[in-house]
Amino acid sequence: MKALMSGLRNLPGWETTLVVLVVVALLGGGLLSGDFLTGQNLSFLTANFSETLLMALTMTLLVIVAEIDLSVASILGLCSAVLGVLFAAGVPMPLAILAAFVVGGLAGLLNGVLVTRLGLPSLAVTIGTLALYRGLAFVLLGDRAIADFPQAYTNFGFGTVPGTLIPIPIALGTVLAILTAVILHATPFGRSLYAIGANEVAARFSGLRVERTKLLLFVMSGLMSALAGVVYTFRFASARGDNATGFELGVIAAVLLGGVSIFGGRGSVIGAVLAVFLIGLINGALTIVDVSNEILTIVTGLLLIGSVLVPNLVARVQAARQRRRPRGEAVSP
Amino acid sequence: MTRSDPAPVAPTTPGLLTRLLRAREAGLVGLLLLVTLGTAAINPLFLGAGSVRDLFLNVAIIALLVVGETIVLLMKHVDLSISSVVGLSAFLSGSLFIAHPGMPIPVALLFGLLLGAVMGSVNGLLVAYGRVPALVATLGTLYVFRGITYAVVHGGQIYASKLPAGFLTFGTGSTLGVPNLVLLVVLIMIGFGFYLGSWRGGREYYALGSNAEAAVLAGISVTRRTMTGFVLSGAIAGLAGVLYLARFGTVDATAGTGLELQVIAAAVVGGVSIGGGVGTLFGAGIGALLLGVMGSALVTLRAPGFYQQAIQGALLLGAISVDMLVAKRTAKHLQAAPDHTGRTK
Repeated sequence: MKALMSGLRNLPGWETTLVVLVVVALLGGGLLSGDFLTGQNLSFLTANFSETLLMALTMTLLVIVAEIDLSVASILGLCSAVLGVLFAAGVPMPLAILAAFVVGGLAGLLNGVLVTRLGLPSLAVTIGTLALYRGLAFVLLGDRAIADFPQAYTNFGFGTVPGTLIPIPIALGTVLAILTAVILHATPFGRSLYAIGANEVAARFSGLRVERTKLLLFVMSGLMSALAGVVYTFRFASARGDNATGFELGVIAAVLLGGVSIFGGRGSVIGAVLAVFLIGLINGALTIVDVSNEILTIVTGLLLIGSVLVPNLVARVQAARQRRRPRGEAVSP
Repeated sequence: MTRSDPAPVAPTTPGLLTRLLRAREAGLVGLLLLVTLGTAAINPLFLGAGSVRDLFLNVAIIALLVVGETIVLLMKHVDLSISSVVGLSAFLSGSLFIAHPGMPIPVALLFGLLLGAVMGSVNGLLVAYGRVPALVATLGTLYVFRGITYAVVHGGQIYASKLPAGFLTFGTGSTLGVPNLVLLVVLIMIGFGFYLGSWRGGREYYALGSNAEAAVLAGISVTRRTMTGFVLSGAIAGLAGVLYLARFGTVDATAGTGLELQVIAAAVVGGVSIGGGVGTLFGAGIGALLLGVMGSALVTLRAPGFYQQAIQGALLLGAISVDMLVAKRTAKHLQAAPDHTGRTK
């Protein structure tokens, strides 16, 4: 409980920092190039991280309960392949999309069953399913690519919300982010995730259904990855087995940069969302001035390390200061 | 950790645990033989000299990386950055060779080793002194080291034709019929196997991973040991980078990308627990070999290449599931009949 309180007290600080960094990235991009702060550019830029945004939402929930899902990008690829193969075989598009969701849900279910029923570490399980699901995507499609999707559907990927410059996938991601934030921060279920992440044994003894909750989260992660797969397929009008290969690291980097603790029990949806935007904006700003991927890769890595290292160092300095005037407070376990 | 947790109990009962681990490794060897002989029965070419040599060469680099990863996993940490270390080391040692064609091969190996150690020490500093979780720290350095590689390489490439012939011959050549790389990797594995199994320093990795508090009480310097572990993992990955160059000759900025997951998979299949404190290099090496043999068997049996990744993933899941069931059974045995181990305290 104390951990939760101090966690909540610490959070706004980091989120404020992220907001400041996002603003800096926006202004910096504007200074670097006059074309950066145009609506058209920002619209194009944000569309590029639609899938990362979607997958970061459920990843946040999983990391808060101290689990991880490295297979998200592979599920995305598998669902994209399922969608493509079924569509190419003449299945009506709504059914093909439904099938992609079923496959994504089942993929998440397998992850969840292996973690909760067998008690396996999710890092190991999802490294395995990362290979398995990606492999199945290749089994389905080989190195073929399926394109020529009906325009009504690709419009969903390319298009913007009518009358605005907001890409439809980003609008969808925002709605889902608000939904996830409400579930996480304002419902008993959401609060139970923090309790599980902070101390699983205590959570179990206080009657929380830890296994069932985790299973549900893995299924949700699978479904969200399926949605990301559908979005990706229509956005690029292409279903390929290697769609979004390696995206999992970007998603995890965003979630951790967003202030979600890898040990569980701490973090917020808004932090993760801000981090997705921050990485995406820096990416876009550096790209527009032809600073190639190399610098961006380094910046992402440094941001990720710094987001954990800097608060750690600050905490150690504060702890050293407090030790000089000890208080009668019990040390948290 | 609760008292029923198998990990903290295990180190106090080496007899039973060692026997179980041996049984597990015996099982892996059995599976290895089964796959090898089964494939050879269908297609005798599988055991032809050429394909066996290729198989061992392919496994050698993964097996080498598994040594460093095992050390880190034993401490209940993880090193995701190894693939980026391999990439930078492969490219920079290649550039060095092009600048100094007469450079002796041991100097190149030493260069890779030192370069890797420097990168490993960055991970070590972050984890041991900065208290950054290893997953975050090494995910971060995975990006940073790869970014540095991109910046250094700048779209360029190292071509085999520009490398000294002696170096490439070293990479693909043999001594007494055994490929040089395999010989080198086996020697390193034996050395580290001995270190981890019998030396005080090596045993400390196990102690740290099974119960960090107990390790501190036993007088182990956790920060120093953690630091050493990451430096070793980096140095080994740096060495692997030079060997990668010797094996393939041509490398670009993406060299080694994605190797980290294959390496962790091999270690886990080989019985190294991701929860720390459990596993042997022998098992990890067999795990790497098993994954390599499975891949190669699928090629020999003319399974479409696209099936390989799926089957390897399924194999990994199978291996860790079996591992967990064995561990649970061990825990149950220990609880049910503590006297049988002969060491209840």
